[in-house]
Amino acid sequence: MTVEIKIKKNTYFDSVSLMSISAKANDIDHVKQVMIGMGTDMNKEVIRNVGMGTNEIEEASTGDLMIAVETEEQASIDEIFEEIDTLFDRKVDSVASGDAIYKTIPSAAQQNAQSNIAVISVNGMYAVREAQKALDNDLHVMLFSDNVSIEDEVKLKQTAHEKGLLMMGPDCGTAIINGVGLSFANKVRRGNIGVVAASGTGAQEMSVRIHDFGYGISQLIGTGGRDLNEKVGGIMMIDGMRALERDPSTEVIVLISKPPAKSVEEKIIKIAKEIDKPVVVFFTGGSKEQQDDGNIYYRPHSKDAAVQAVLLAGAKEADLNLHPLDLTLVEDIQAKLSKDQKYIRGLFCGGTLCDEALYTAMEKLDDVYSNIAVDAENKLTDNNKSKAHTFIDFGSDEFTAGKPHPMIDPSTRIERFLKEAADPEVAVILMDFELGYGSNADPAGVMVPAIKEAKEKAEKEGRHLEIIGYVLGTDEDPQNMEEQVQKLKDVGVTIAISSQDSGILAREIVLGGEKK
Amino acid sequence: MSKIDKLFGEDVNAVNVGIDFISDDIKKQGASSTNVDWTPPARGNEKLMALLESLNDPAKKEKIDAANKEAVERIINSQPILIGYDQAINCVPGMTATTILHAGPPQEWKDMNGPMRGAVTGAIVFEGLASTIEEAEEVAASGKITFSPCHEHDTVGSMAGVTSASMYMHIIKNKTYGNIAYTNLSEQLAKILRFGANDQSVIDRLVWMRDIMGPMLRDAMKFSKDGLDLRHMLSEALHMGDECHNRNIAGTRTLIQALTPLIEQTDYSTKEKVEVFDFVASSDYFSGPTWMGLCKCAMDAAHGIENSTIVTTMARNGVEFGIRVSGMEGHTWFTGPSQLVVGPLFAGYKAEDSGLDIGDSAITETYGIGGFAMATSPAIVPLVGGTLEEATGHTINMLNITTTTNPNVTIPALNFMGIPTGIDVRKVIETGILPLINTAIAHKEPGIGMIGAGITNPPFEVFEKALVALEKTIK
Repeated sequence: MTVEIKIKKNTYFDSVSLMSISAKANDIDHVKQVMIGMGTDMNKEVIRNVGMGTNEIEEASTGDLMIAVETEEQASIDEIFEEIDTLFDRKVDSVASGDAIYKTIPSAAQQNAQSNIAVISVNGMYAVREAQKALDNDLHVMLFSDNVSIEDEVKLKQTAHEKGLLMMGPDCGTAIINGVGLSFANKVRRGNIGVVAASGTGAQEMSVRIHDFGYGISQLIGTGGRDLNEKVGGIMMIDGMRALERDPSTEVIVLISKPPAKSVEEKIIKIAKEIDKPVVVFFTGGSKEQQDDGNIYYRPHSKDAAVQAVLLAGAKEADLNLHPLDLTLVEDIQAKLSKDQKYIRGLFCGGTLCDEALYTAMEKLDDVYSNIAVDAENKLTDNNKSKAHTFIDFGSDEFTAGKPHPMIDPSTRIERFLKEAADPEVAVILMDFELGYGSNADPAGVMVPAIKEAKEKAEKEGRHLEIIGYVLGTDEDPQNMEEQVQKLKDVGVTIAISSQDSGILAREIVLGGEKK
Repeated sequence: MSKIDKLFGEDVNAVNVGIDFISDDIKKQGASSTNVDWTPPARGNEKLMALLESLNDPAKKEKIDAANKEAVERIINSQPILIGYDQAINCVPGMTATTILHAGPPQEWKDMNGPMRGAVTGAIVFEGLASTIEEAEEVAASGKITFSPCHEHDTVGSMAGVTSASMYMHIIKNKTYGNIAYTNLSEQLAKILRFGANDQSVIDRLVWMRDIMGPMLRDAMKFSKDGLDLRHMLSEALHMGDECHNRNIAGTRTLIQALTPLIEQTDYSTKEKVEVFDFVASSDYFSGPTWMGLCKCAMDAAHGIENSTIVTTMARNGVEFGIRVSGMEGHTWFTGPSQLVVGPLFAGYKAEDSGLDIGDSAITETYGIGGFAMATSPAIVPLVGGTLEEATGHTINMLNITTTTNPNVTIPALNFMGIPTGIDVRKVIETGILPLINTAIAHKEPGIGMIGAGITNPPFEVFEKALVALEKTIK
């Protein structure tokens, strides 16, 4: 067994490219394992942990590319490195094609006078600088990156506000501007409903439900997941709402957020009331009993909010196919479970889907935990260890540092799924599968082998493993919706038809013994 | 109208920084997206990033941007005119009978590499300060010779750049700003002093240049009322496919066409004139030094502007690469090791025969021609290796580290874009992109000469050092 290290000085590849290059490199003949990454502390640790750490690795800087190869035989090492080198050819191609190569936002913006928006997805430690440069060059910004400090976020948003620019993100990579999805977005028709969302998958779910009801989106502005935090104060939600108020093609406005700070919520609602258009408020964790107030419609669940939006947009209730939840299904599943199987384990790529399922569970269940819970009593003490009913958002910062978002790279969730599936106390595993631009090309397919393995194992142990899957997407998304659903059905996954329903289904299944 | 309302009324035209497929997805939806080939700023070096951040302070940034604007205006507005030729002792500031100027940053005899030693000893023999090369080595080591960089005497020198008292110089005056620059005459190519060759044939040629060609050019220029507008000729040469560092065929013909009627008016014999014309025709390089002098003349006009981060000199002495920056007044050099030049070699030579990067000729890239103007010179591409597309890419890449483009010197193939102008230390550090230099390769041993051509870069550390100094200086 031999370990060889190669450091390529000042060579940068983004984590998404490295993911696909690593996967291919590990398939090369005679390779035992290959680790490829930029010289960040985290990557160095990963390499150390698998026993390939050397001085060369320690000395690499964050701008250097590290390649660590473990082989079965010394003789093949040169060939392996040669083959790995060919995997990096992409950049050479782009030079050879003679296309203009811009190294910085200012040089790209100055040479292309029509540029109007920067989409930024570099590592969080660099993202702020880039966003600042984009704003300096009068570009609107969609900041896809995670791991940006809230202080930096406030600074960027204040700059944007002063300049009259949109500063979308960080931490919620969704927007549809003029019908064009930027980063994570589903293909939905254009229409008269405008969305301002401090939540990425919440916005995606809303656009998908609206599309499913036959209506469409005028603009979808993702403000970043923390916009309604006390410190940020809803700067972008207010600017976005005002812009939609002025926008002649928007007739109904939908506001989306995970539980907002109270003071910010009050400020937002106060402004919303001054607006001359109906406003549907979908804030997870809100009370179902809150009364509608003038032009404001409070709907704390996603499907209910979408229904209200399309009704305001011109739909007749009688014409809508509301896909009512089939509660006989719940009894069928309950019948298959033993009395030891008590808990829900929600494993999510989409933060707001996780949040919605979490609040749905909390409406009727005790002992609900999550890495994204607001209240301390519901927070997981160890994110890598579930207890009772647990809901994990794998898109949260603690899981994404130096890694692509789980909607692109689901490897972390797959590992965790196998662990949960082996737990005899688990009654139901709840998972989401996002389609659309930016997402994995086959999100159901990458999960299928693990589901099969887990189901077989459970069967051998004489228990039923219930998996509820929700595929977030439209009939027009680049991934084939029907095929994705079929793949899951084929391995025995129960399909829910909305985010709201998936959470209710899971809850009702475990409610057998633990009614509140 | 608010910028957001404006956006809602336009087509989405994105600049994508980061994950490539986001850009592909935007294009699939029928909108436009430009990909930025992003790398971590300052090559991921946090110390350098902090320095950049400090210079990015709004008050400092405003000062720097204003100073840089002035610097590039001076580069662009400079109009270098060839006003005459004369011996160095008669015109070059600070020249003495025992002074030898050399290329690059300051260097002592003991530190000089093979080609530099060959050139220095050859010049000592040529000046009659020693009778053999061996004796010349003793003289060079004796302390009797004053060594000094060309650049510190308003001068540039090709390759070794060795310039001694009786050599004939171009005299180039900046019509706009009044400063004067000097540079040696071309010895044409291959086995010559500036590549470190120094046998009798080399000395004989230098003697002929001193006694026949130099005086003839000096006298010819006396017939030119206004001098020769070199920037105009440079611009024409670029339109004819020269990048004017390694390819000078069009420039040389343009220059000799202007000189010929002046030479014709001198009293030299037809035989002597034919010798000179034949000599000019023997190599396309004849005008190479002329363009270097032009560039030096323009860059000196931009030197010494307080708070400016524009590079005004890039020069190599075969051991060290040095730069000077406008905002660091006088002769402040930032140096690092000279790099290998990568490119095709003449038959019979191997890569290990190559001397390291040498010469003041990188003044052409500092001005914006040479490697920076590769896109205008399809014919140079095979000489330095690579493809036409790469050559175009090189020029466009240089826009990332420069301040503006020069409308007086343009590139037809890029829709008459001006040459990239005003290398900004901040941008080099930020992007990690190094200026591209397109240059000749000398044999590492003295006495042999040119063995190939190729491309090279300055070492990154010269810009790091400059940034550190600028950050301390700019308040």
